Amino acid sequence: MSDLPIFADEPWILPSRGRIAMWSLIVAESAIFSLFVVAYIYYIGRDQFGPTPSVLDRPILNTVCLLSSSLTIWIAERAIEQGRMRRFAIFWAITILLGLKFIIGTITEFRTLINRDGLTIDANLFGTTFYSLVGLHATHVLVGLVGLSLILAFTLFGKVNRSHAERIQVFSMYWHFVDAVWVVVFTVVYIVGK
Amino acid sequence: MSDQTIPVSGSLQAAYPERGTLLEWLHGWIVTVDHKKLGILYITYALFFLLVGGVEAMLIRIQLMVPHNHVISPEMYDELFTMHGTTMVFLVGMPILFGFANYLVPIMIGARDMAFPRLNAFSFWLTAFGGLLLYYSFLGGFGLYGMGNAPDVGWFAYAPLTGKSFSPGHNMDYWALALIVSGFGTVGTAINIIATTVSLRCKGMTFFRMPLFVWLLLVVSALTLVTITPLTAAQVMLLLDRYLGAHFFDAQAGGSPMLWIHFFWIFGHPEVYVLVLPAFAIANEVIPVFSRKAIFGYPAMVAASVGIGFTSLAVWAHHMFTVGMSSAGNSFFVISTMVVGIFTGIKVFNWLATMWGGSITFSTPMLFCTGFLFQFLIAGLTGIMLAVAPWDWQLHNSYFLIAHFHYVLVGAIIMCIFAGFYYWFPKATGRMMSETLGKWHFWVFIIGFHMSFDTMHFVGLLGMPRSIYTYEPNRGWDTLNLIITIGAFVQAVGVLIFVWNLVHAYFRGKLAGPDPWDAWTLEWATPSPPPAYNFAVEPEVRSRRPLWDIKHPNDPDWKYEQ
Repeated sequence: MSDLPIFADEPWILPSRGRIAMWSLIVAESAIFSLFVVAYIYYIGRDQFGPTPSVLDRPILNTVCLLSSSLTIWIAERAIEQGRMRRFAIFWAITILLGLKFIIGTITEFRTLINRDGLTIDANLFGTTFYSLVGLHATHVLVGLVGLSLILAFTLFGKVNRSHAERIQVFSMYWHFVDAVWVVVFTVVYIVGK
Repeated sequence: MSDQTIPVSGSLQAAYPERGTLLEWLHGWIVTVDHKKLGILYITYALFFLLVGGVEAMLIRIQLMVPHNHVISPEMYDELFTMHGTTMVFLVGMPILFGFANYLVPIMIGARDMAFPRLNAFSFWLTAFGGLLLYYSFLGGFGLYGMGNAPDVGWFAYAPLTGKSFSPGHNMDYWALALIVSGFGTVGTAINIIATTVSLRCKGMTFFRMPLFVWLLLVVSALTLVTITPLTAAQVMLLLDRYLGAHFFDAQAGGSPMLWIHFFWIFGHPEVYVLVLPAFAIANEVIPVFSRKAIFGYPAMVAASVGIGFTSLAVWAHHMFTVGMSSAGNSFFVISTMVVGIFTGIKVFNWLATMWGGSITFSTPMLFCTGFLFQFLIAGLTGIMLAVAPWDWQLHNSYFLIAHFHYVLVGAIIMCIFAGFYYWFPKATGRMMSETLGKWHFWVFIIGFHMSFDTMHFVGLLGMPRSIYTYEPNRGWDTLNLIITIGAFVQAVGVLIFVWNLVHAYFRGKLAGPDPWDAWTLEWATPSPPPAYNFAVEPEVRSRRPLWDIKHPNDPDWKYEQ
């Protein structure tokens, strides 16, 4: 009986609800991505006509940009935790630029594939699965960019301070997730499937 | 130490707001972010669609009452069974269970609201408008060119029937978009429930002191995250096929309709557990209270629930034994399906052990839970039969299958939902539902249930396939089908008694007081109905039955629990 917890003086600390919610969202999103990845793998090499994955160029620079944005956002996260707001704003802005570069790269890639190789979403199974998988990821990057830009705008207006560190970090988890998914997409589409 | 008790917040009288004008009252419900009001909204919404889905079922049964019947057209019949299935799963089953979760999870863990109240409201309205969008297809399904028509390809919407060439018009688009919209709402609520349960528990509410209701809803929400999303993904693919000419499920371009079947059941089977686990959760609360015993085997119940959650992700292809998988594939899914039987077996035995030796009062909630135990056992046994691949080859898509899953959905889930209504209605409204009407409801409904669904097994064994518009006389199905239809009417009478009981109790029911059942979980420590803030002072708990500890200071649970 005496070894039962006594609550008056015992700390009662629970995990942050934002982090738990973001982890849950990441699990849900992973399930969506898995289905598109499965569809892509299932249909590799089943086409009777139209362009094949050999028309793809590996987007190395894009990949470097997106993956390094994970690093810059991490530096920004640490900066806001320590209250260094200038540093936070600078690295947050760099993250946005890197993300923008990625999106522009993807747009260029799609344009080339459509105009040079005639690969459209209704061309064949490769077109169908390629555009839906890579497009799904690019959509997530776009959503992330909108969120990042909003936070940057609030920062420039001086509305973001050290007390928001937790929320900033929760949002950054989404960006890290989008980057991690790219590793999977890149591996499946540009290495295994090519 | 022993003077530390939960502050029963009834001491602080809730200041009830004055009833304003009708417009103010309506506005209050629409802009609310209170988890209790949203819970009630969910439940009311689901009850409305329960009646709609019920009417659809009645029309189907009237059509099948006698051979060569032509009460409704074949096209209408296809729409009705599609809409009946879709409605009951997406617009009744999930909203009603999330409604209970919304109302109860925060109170049971001693919190003042959900983790994200505005996300909660947003999710509800997404679900609500998803449902309306689905039903709008009756008017707008064929666009501007003619009469509307509803989705008519079965609730599993197998490819290639859903392709542009076989389903022109917009009915499939309504189906996919409506379910994507309500699916987002569902995922939002699931995230909310997980965050609430993990991060908002009151002092002392460790994971192993949470009521089993909360545990099961946590498992359900986690399962929802990986269950609803595959359906969303597959429906996005379907829309890409229909609008942009993609080829995911288009066999002519090398696409595979099999992919849809897999994707659909990767959603579809865990979905069954998403629906049934909250029903178990209700039984977990009701059975101990009316047996006057703590739940038997709490850790085993938790383990079995988590086990069901994981196993349910690996059984989907038992819906697909007849599509021609390899025998290794068949064997795997036979075995994994049997494993689910072990976990549910653990649960059934624990409920029985809870009742064993208890001083049972058969109030209406307990009656429904007892009915649930009996019917769920039979549903589980026919489930095991259908899990055997050769047996399934014989009876797949026959009325035997229909009987099996209606035994689960009606015999187990709806029964538990009724139990939940009778049990928590006094908490939500402050008034008791009539016991006399409740007993009438129970007996009428259960007699109708067995007339309908027991008989369905036999027509199934006699070879009647599902989804047929009508049938030839003298195949031995005539009398049985008539009995099924009469049973459906008897059930409808039962449901009407229930609805009357609800309405009557809301206005005229006798006052309940905070704790009419002498129960043990935290929701009964608040006044009925609870004030917006739930608890005036944040409670602290020391055992699984905090109210027992207060009521029996000389014999508290925390002395014995590990």
